[in-house]
Amino acid sequence: MSQALFEYLLRLGDDRLVLGHRNAEWCGHGPILEEDIAISNLALDLTGEAQLFLELAGKVEGLGRDADQLAYWRDETQFRNLQLLELPKGDFAFTMVRQFLFSAWSHFLLEGLIQSKQEDLKGIAAKAQKENRYHLRHASEWVVRLGDGTEESHRRAQAALDQAWPWTGEFFLADDVDRVVAAEGLGVDPSGLRPPWEALVTDVIRRATLTVPSPPMRMVGGRKGRHTEYLGHMLAEMQVVARSHPGAKW
Amino acid sequence: MVTTDWVMEVLHEVKDPEVPAIDVVELGIVRGAVVEGERVTVTVTPTYSGCPATKVIEYEIESALRRHGVADVVVNTVFNPPWTTDWITEEAREKLRVYGIAPPGKAPHGLDLVSLGGPTRTVPCPYCGSSNTLRESEFGSTACKSIHSCKGCHQPFEHFKAI
Repeated sequence: MSQALFEYLLRLGDDRLVLGHRNAEWCGHGPILEEDIAISNLALDLTGEAQLFLELAGKVEGLGRDADQLAYWRDETQFRNLQLLELPKGDFAFTMVRQFLFSAWSHFLLEGLIQSKQEDLKGIAAKAQKENRYHLRHASEWVVRLGDGTEESHRRAQAALDQAWPWTGEFFLADDVDRVVAAEGLGVDPSGLRPPWEALVTDVIRRATLTVPSPPMRMVGGRKGRHTEYLGHMLAEMQVVARSHPGAKW
Repeated sequence: MVTTDWVMEVLHEVKDPEVPAIDVVELGIVRGAVVEGERVTVTVTPTYSGCPATKVIEYEIESALRRHGVADVVVNTVFNPPWTTDWITEEAREKLRVYGIAPPGKAPHGLDLVSLGGPTRTVPCPYCGSSNTLRESEFGSTACKSIHSCKGCHQPFEHFKAI
């Protein structure tokens, strides 16, 4: 059981670590100052949540690994994040559309996790849920602003949605890890999150005058350590300092 | 004699490094202190998950107590219940305002998931008191603040977000 919980916590942590890092790539490159600050804030929240989930994962694993060791000393095949989150940040429309799709999913996931019987997990989820609401509001406002904006912003928002959408199939795939933690009352089986997620995102997509895409599902397997070519490059950059100076302290 | 009240008194010396106008007790992140023999255990809760000040605050709590002669200090972090701005004391809210940061209103319950009509609550300007203000961004220089501007005195200002 603790092996399943460990895996589950890695998933929660890695999703946020990887997306947080992608958002952090906007720091200093935002289209306007306020937005530069906003994306950096999102990155900070996500990275902070990742740290808490990974710290707890290390504790559950019981081998003495802390959040830093899990973040910096695992290779790509040991990462458990959703593939959508590792894709390059793309243009601003892609970053916001991806954030919107993920935050909406994350909202329903966290709603379930605040009922967890694991007290630490429950507490971290309760905090993350408050932060996630801000992320979801921010991203959905941008989706509408871009979709219902100029011809160019509409075109880019639709292209971003068309690109991101097929990857969302992975949000709702459940395996034994999910089923075990759900059965124990510790975690949430993601297969039940599709109806509320779909209702929320299609409402915003319509208000944004965008079209819900309906292509087939893409390659999946992030939860098992199968990733796109992009993750390795991202990790190389994220991990280089820690690996060049092992054990360094401020 | 080291008592819980004395410990809380000492902790008033520890300011929030990002908002030095108020201290960590007023901010509501100190959830309790327990004195057992020589050992003082302080329980804190973070404001935001990624708040970079969290570690500094833990360090400063420890240092403050050591400065006052407590050798055995344990700082314990809890996440549940999650921190809310409703725990910020009344005095601290006034200190924030004087410092130029609009204090938080009551924490919203069931904040809109997708708000497309813009913000509904007005944040009065901490400088001139005008309610004719504009929210520029829900994200500011630190995780806990948003950016606003006042149409009355034309001053940009920050607001401690209600959460």
